[in-house]
Amino acid sequence: MTSTAISTADERRSRIRAGLSRRHNGERLFRALGVTAIVLALGFVALLFTDVLRKGIPAFTQSNIRLEVTFDPELLKVDPAPERAAGQSDADFRAQTLAWQRQVAMLNWNSVIEAALRRAAPAGLEIDSRQILAIAETDARHRVRELFVANPDLLGQTVTVDLLASANVDNWVKGNINRELGDTQQQLPAATRALVDRFEAEGIITQGFAWSLFTNVDSRSAPASAGLLGALMGSLWMMLIVVVLAVPIGVGSAIYLEEFAPRSKLTDLIEVNINNLAAVPSIVFGLLGAAVFINWFRLPLSAPLAGGLVLTLMTLPTIIIATRAALKGVSPALRQAALGMGASRMQMVFHHVLPVTFPSILTATIIGVAQALGETAPLLLIGMNAFVAAVPATPVDQATALPVQIYLWQANENRNFFEPRTSAAIMVLLAFMIALNAIAIFLRSRLEKRA
Amino acid sequence: MDMLAGKVKTTNQTLDSAMNPTEVLDRPIRLAARDVTVHYGAKQALHGISIDIPDRAVTAFIGPSGCGKSTFLRCINRMNDTIEGARVGGTIKLDGEDIYAPDLDVVELRARVGMVFQKPNPFPKSIYDNVAYGPRIHGLARSKADLDEIVISSLRKAGLFEEVKDRLNEPGTGLSGGQQQRLCIARAIAVGPEVILMDEPCSALDPIATAVIEELIDELRENFTIVIVTHSMQQAARVSQRTAFFHLGHLIEQGRTEDIFTNPVNKQTQDYIMGRIG
Repeated sequence: MTSTAISTADERRSRIRAGLSRRHNGERLFRALGVTAIVLALGFVALLFTDVLRKGIPAFTQSNIRLEVTFDPELLKVDPAPERAAGQSDADFRAQTLAWQRQVAMLNWNSVIEAALRRAAPAGLEIDSRQILAIAETDARHRVRELFVANPDLLGQTVTVDLLASANVDNWVKGNINRELGDTQQQLPAATRALVDRFEAEGIITQGFAWSLFTNVDSRSAPASAGLLGALMGSLWMMLIVVVLAVPIGVGSAIYLEEFAPRSKLTDLIEVNINNLAAVPSIVFGLLGAAVFINWFRLPLSAPLAGGLVLTLMTLPTIIIATRAALKGVSPALRQAALGMGASRMQMVFHHVLPVTFPSILTATIIGVAQALGETAPLLLIGMNAFVAAVPATPVDQATALPVQIYLWQANENRNFFEPRTSAAIMVLLAFMIALNAIAIFLRSRLEKRA
Repeated sequence: MDMLAGKVKTTNQTLDSAMNPTEVLDRPIRLAARDVTVHYGAKQALHGISIDIPDRAVTAFIGPSGCGKSTFLRCINRMNDTIEGARVGGTIKLDGEDIYAPDLDVVELRARVGMVFQKPNPFPKSIYDNVAYGPRIHGLARSKADLDEIVISSLRKAGLFEEVKDRLNEPGTGLSGGQQQRLCIARAIAVGPEVILMDEPCSALDPIATAVIEELIDELRENFTIVIVTHSMQQAARVSQRTAFFHLGHLIEQGRTEDIFTNPVNKQTQDYIMGRIG
């Protein structure tokens, strides 16, 4: 026995005991650090969410003005809408209708709005046209004109119309601008401000749910009517492209690489490169997309097709890596059982390995798609930050995407109006993501139960 | 034991005669291995194994851990093909047909040589689908009724049918360990293999489940050629008619089970049987 050996049971116990408190302290310290890290992380998330919610929730209401609009024949000097005469040719009738519509478009619809606003204002109020028209959003004339085109019989009649108040009125009503500021710093003239307060008191200006946020496309000339519909559809198109392309290609290559490819220098090289691709900054994928899809394949700029392809490239490594990890995790016993039964490699993979890995592959895919949904940088490089005031009907139409819309809105010069809008758009994007993740979790738990 | 009847010439074999077997068996030979070697990368795991495995009898491979008995078993249905860097030399013939011939389809071979693994590994599917899987992929059943028939008779042969007949649609993974292993045996025999390889089929089971499986193996040998790898010498003695002793990648001694256990020729075999190595 050497001199360092411990001879008695008592000595052994006392040695163990001497180290115990140090070991327990170490554990306590580690636990405390872990809790601190989690509290800090959750704290920042909570801070972010409170800030976004606090700023964004007001943007989900909009200021509406209810006006009695008179389609005054004095102001609207327009011929009666053409009616189809017996024996008139199609082309002839269409030309006639077009001429009438052009005439309607040329009318001064602002004068109708102004008249309606003046009627709502107290009699004899001294206010000029510019000042009173600043109350309604500039798209009001289009709304009223559309009503008339849809129903030309309105000429000479008075109808109640709900119109959007302008962004500046919205700011004033919601208190987004300091009411104590002097005239030079206010967005609205003093006379307009006084009238808006009066309208609000009389219930002509009211707050309602901001449907325009979801039913309108982006707008610069009429900021109060700016909405997310175009960006939402653009994002949906891109997600569709990513799901259709990235999932089969990614899962397929992962299966081939993991299950079929012979181990060689080449497959090692491919594996290293896929891992590297996953770490490539997304803006580089944007450059690649601009060079390949736009300059070479001549795909249209700002189209969800080009954006979807770029995001597909970006998502592929994520899906491949996650799928391979899931396939690697399948127990060798299952593979041997299948092979031992005389299943071919393909049958082993598709009958046994894939079904058990399906939940993990699905989760990885949805997380990859969610990542793509939130990606902005590569889209900027293929022109998706262009101002697009249309809903993309096909993947080759010009469009923008939700995160890009957020980027555009946060840079809008009408700060106090677009700050809440930006936060609202963030909330819509987050809701989208949470929905996707919820689907992933739901499907996963369901499929795992079944397996 | 019918194995004892007939002309049994070689009982006491030396290493030399094991490598160059000339013995005449009382049953036709199903599997004949000659000079089988296996390398895992640079490491040689098996050194020139030559053995004849008789039809419709149980042959047991015994030996200490790492002796190569499982490796050799896995050569017989070419499961070693699935291991990266494994190289197999020599010849193994099933009914005179070289199973390592280039034109042999390994899928067909594995349908003829079934395997039961150490740890019960039923598919995460229903009991019915577990047993029906083999006949389905090999296209053995002409109709649903046919398939039902195969599944039920296989479960019966594996002695499991009475226990599971009311829950054929429940997952096979929900059965007890012993039942799972019998399910794996049913799954293997559903394809109608000629040879069944068992790689320590009872090592994960309790003594009662083990006894049930051993009884089953004894019944199955009426119809199948069985090769079993086992850690337990008692098990080898109980279920097998022929025994081969492996040590450090060499086949040390083979012969009738009775002779190996009562009268081993080789010193290493003796030591192992007496519990001095292993």
